[in-house]
Amino acid sequence: MTSRMVGQPVNRVEDPRLLVGAGRFLDDLGQDAAELAVLRSPHAHARITDIDVTAALEVQGLLAIYTYEDLSGPLADPLPLLIPHPAICAGRTQYALARDEVNYVGEAIAVVVAENRYLAEDAVERIVVSYRPLPPVVGVQAARAAEHLVHEDAPGNVAAHFVQEVGDAAAAIAAAPFRLELELAIERSASTPLEGRGVLAQWDSDSQRLRMWTSTQTSTGVRAAVAAKLGLDLGRVEVITPDVGGGFGVKIVHPWPEEVLVPMAARALGRPVKFTEDRREHFISAAHERGQLQHIEVGFDATGRILGLSVRFWHDNGAYLPYGLIVPIITSTQLLGPYKPGAYRVEFDSLYTNTVIVTPYRGAGRPQGVYAMERTLDAIAGELGLDRSVVRATNFIQPSEMPYDHGLIFQDGRPLVYDSGDFPASLAKLKALVGWDDWPAYQAAARAQGRQVGLGLACYVEGTGVGPYEGGHVQIETSGRIKVATGLTSQGQGHQTAFAQIVADELGVSMDDIEVVTGDTRRFPYAVGTFASRAAVTSGSAIALAARMVRRKILKVAADALEADPEDLEIVEGMVRVKGAPGVAMALGTVAVLSNPLRYAFDEASKAATQFVVGDSDLPPVNEDDEPGLEGRDYYSPLRSTFANGMHAVIVETDPETAEIKILRYCVVHDCGTLINPLIVEGQVHGGVAQGVGGALYERLVYDDAGQLQNASFMDFLMPYVSEVPESIEIDHLETPSPLNPLGIKGAGEAGVIPSAAVFASAISDAEGFAITAMPISPSDLFELRRRHAGTDRHNESIAKKEPTR
Amino acid sequence: MTSSSLSSSFTVTVNGEPQLLDLDNRTTLLDALREHLDLTGAKKGCDHGQCGACTVLLDGRRVNSCLVLAVATQGHSITTIEGLGTAERLHPIQQAFIDHDGLQCGYCTPGQICSAVGALDEADRGWPSAATADVGAEKITLDDSEIRERMSGNLCRCGAYVNILAAINAVSP
Ligand code: FES
Ligand code: FES
Repeated sequence: MTSRMVGQPVNRVEDPRLLVGAGRFLDDLGQDAAELAVLRSPHAHARITDIDVTAALEVQGLLAIYTYEDLSGPLADPLPLLIPHPAICAGRTQYALARDEVNYVGEAIAVVVAENRYLAEDAVERIVVSYRPLPPVVGVQAARAAEHLVHEDAPGNVAAHFVQEVGDAAAAIAAAPFRLELELAIERSASTPLEGRGVLAQWDSDSQRLRMWTSTQTSTGVRAAVAAKLGLDLGRVEVITPDVGGGFGVKIVHPWPEEVLVPMAARALGRPVKFTEDRREHFISAAHERGQLQHIEVGFDATGRILGLSVRFWHDNGAYLPYGLIVPIITSTQLLGPYKPGAYRVEFDSLYTNTVIVTPYRGAGRPQGVYAMERTLDAIAGELGLDRSVVRATNFIQPSEMPYDHGLIFQDGRPLVYDSGDFPASLAKLKALVGWDDWPAYQAAARAQGRQVGLGLACYVEGTGVGPYEGGHVQIETSGRIKVATGLTSQGQGHQTAFAQIVADELGVSMDDIEVVTGDTRRFPYAVGTFASRAAVTSGSAIALAARMVRRKILKVAADALEADPEDLEIVEGMVRVKGAPGVAMALGTVAVLSNPLRYAFDEASKAATQFVVGDSDLPPVNEDDEPGLEGRDYYSPLRSTFANGMHAVIVETDPETAEIKILRYCVVHDCGTLINPLIVEGQVHGGVAQGVGGALYERLVYDDAGQLQNASFMDFLMPYVSEVPESIEIDHLETPSPLNPLGIKGAGEAGVIPSAAVFASAISDAEGFAITAMPISPSDLFELRRRHAGTDRHNESIAKKEPTR
Repeated sequence: MTSSSLSSSFTVTVNGEPQLLDLDNRTTLLDALREHLDLTGAKKGCDHGQCGACTVLLDGRRVNSCLVLAVATQGHSITTIEGLGTAERLHPIQQAFIDHDGLQCGYCTPGQICSAVGALDEADRGWPSAATADVGAEKITLDDSEIRERMSGNLCRCGAYVNILAAINAVSP
């Protein structure tokens, strides 16, 4: 019996190629392509009064310069607002090249195509743009004050205003025996994959077809957008995703200006054109996330049970709104985590500022929501003098209450209904893992030695595997090799391995015989994309369904050939055989041959499949509801998201003098349903935690008042290196299968990052004895906070604050 | 007249083979390898010496190839990821990265591998780091803190660090 692959920590099939430098990332392709460079705005807000390209025309090797004037048809319209929503009152998106106004430093104004990037940049430097600067709006406070407007026709700088309410939160809070108010702040961070954006396009004038490669999280999305912008039939556009050097959300945005300008130039010039973003460009012209100000009012009883919760927050969406309201809607709904909030009201404004756009970054609004909720629970525990874990347990949704309907609408427009999860069990595991009950003694002993240590706790629920759908195609070739395709893309999640594991089990074949292709519209043209921890759930399920379809066909064809009942057949190690009679068997390749009636034989095997040999002469060679070939295509379209959950605990030590924050232990309990590959899931958790550590302790995007990003480099935007992450991340899994899909899977990609701001704020508050209400926190921030709190009785101070602490 | 007319021709040994190059003087070693020698294994993550994705070995020592002008390597010897091992015959460090799942997207990986090979060699020669307790030692054993210090120039945004550490640990004598 072939052993089951799903659930095994199988080494990744992607690795060998990548390890020897044979990966093919975007910039590894098209070595002969002409290269495109972009002239970007140096101003955060300005009118463009003139563009003079004369001096650039002298650059040797120059092929073309394009400005807004050169765009026509749909290319001259603003880029799409990808996800419309009724709450958007002023949806604005940028033009592929700025028309007459720029709204952030980095906005594209002109592009140059030249023989190589060096020369293209030479030409960019020689283009002279005249600007009339306008007052910039930087930061949430300035956007709210609205002394100046980002877009003249967006009053109050409000892009969207949204309210959801279940019950009467104001009345519940007013009637509650205890009440608290919190003001919280969280700053911007960014995905910053190590490989930036990039796109390569080739126009074939003979067949009038466009082939492009792009470093994206959605090749089908790019294909549709490019076809629409360039006025091409979809059938004339192919989009291929090469190896992608990380995405983390930023590469789901599409089409980027360069994604339409590169194919436009390739078509106009009749030669391949490539754009590879440089690091500074990524910081100033891709996307950021996270920045919010939050005001929370909560009413609760003496046990810490929440009776009413009202959250008002202001979300900085940057200069434009191409990705709609996904981030703040997720914050507003996923804030609830594993808890029942009593009556709940949430209201947010999504605000324009003259800064880079804000679109999902791993976690996508959840880290902010979890931060709001978990700070609130710590505040309640502090106010009542209760154990923080007890207050959480008091408010948990119980397993017996699943599926649990919050009465709210989620980011996919569907009801927010949790499908499964056992929160008390998760908490019990985490408390055991970190040694929760021994903590007070440990902390007291440490304090007695003059050490400041703190333990933080944070819980989250993550809606994963959102629709609308993904598909899978599984085909058995006559060689017996199995080709699997799905339309969504990969950026390091090991999809080729995980999907091969699924197919190996469904078909009873060896993983070595399976080849998986993702993100190539030639192989699978219907897809949505890789985001929201959805790939394993949606494509994994679709591939399983497609494989089951193929399996039925294999058994049918083989049963005919072996003169057996399909019920009596099994597939073991790539052979179809009669159960209990291993001698009566047929290789899958032979079944594939027989499944396709031939007129022409081309080798020994195919002789067996000619029309003179196979089939019943009273029936057509391909029967009515049959198809030639051994392949199956199926789709998985979830009714709604499936909800994973997890709980993190971190122990930190803060230096009494330097305020340095050291991680002593990091513990994770994680429930993403059935695990396909524990190795990959742990890798995803490690990665999420590393990014979470960065977001909590190091990363912030610092704009000055003029809207200039002050730290647009890896030197100044501090991300964790191996020297900053916890030495080990202790992980315990719980597997509560999802009832919503055939494999019981839930998504895992974002999990590690979601509770990090919350868990570090909790731990540092515990170490210091005063509440942390603004994240991230650096040693100098902490030092300053200590000065401000000097003289107060730190260890008894409540978290509740009227103002953010900075 | 543009500066592109300022070019030089020179010879450098790459993965054991002498190569004659004629390049714009501004060309970095990284661009020379990637765009003129078709060795695309070394990656560009920042082009400013801040991420280590472009790490190669120059006369056996690790360098950020984005910070080296190609013309300055005349007469020197370069080893890139392509020169360390093949898919059939992996270098022990490469094998350890598979065994310990030391990569996700793989973009930082060639740099991590070259850097790890360089770090092991430095330790073998007794070159101390900021984490070395006995700076006079003949040979230095790479423990966790040594590896963390010596690999702290290689960014992995996928955050595979815990496993990268384990992989290097497994190979370190
Ligand atoms: S590309 Fe050379 S250090 Fe980043
Ligand atoms: S594996 Fe993706 S950056 Fe390291």
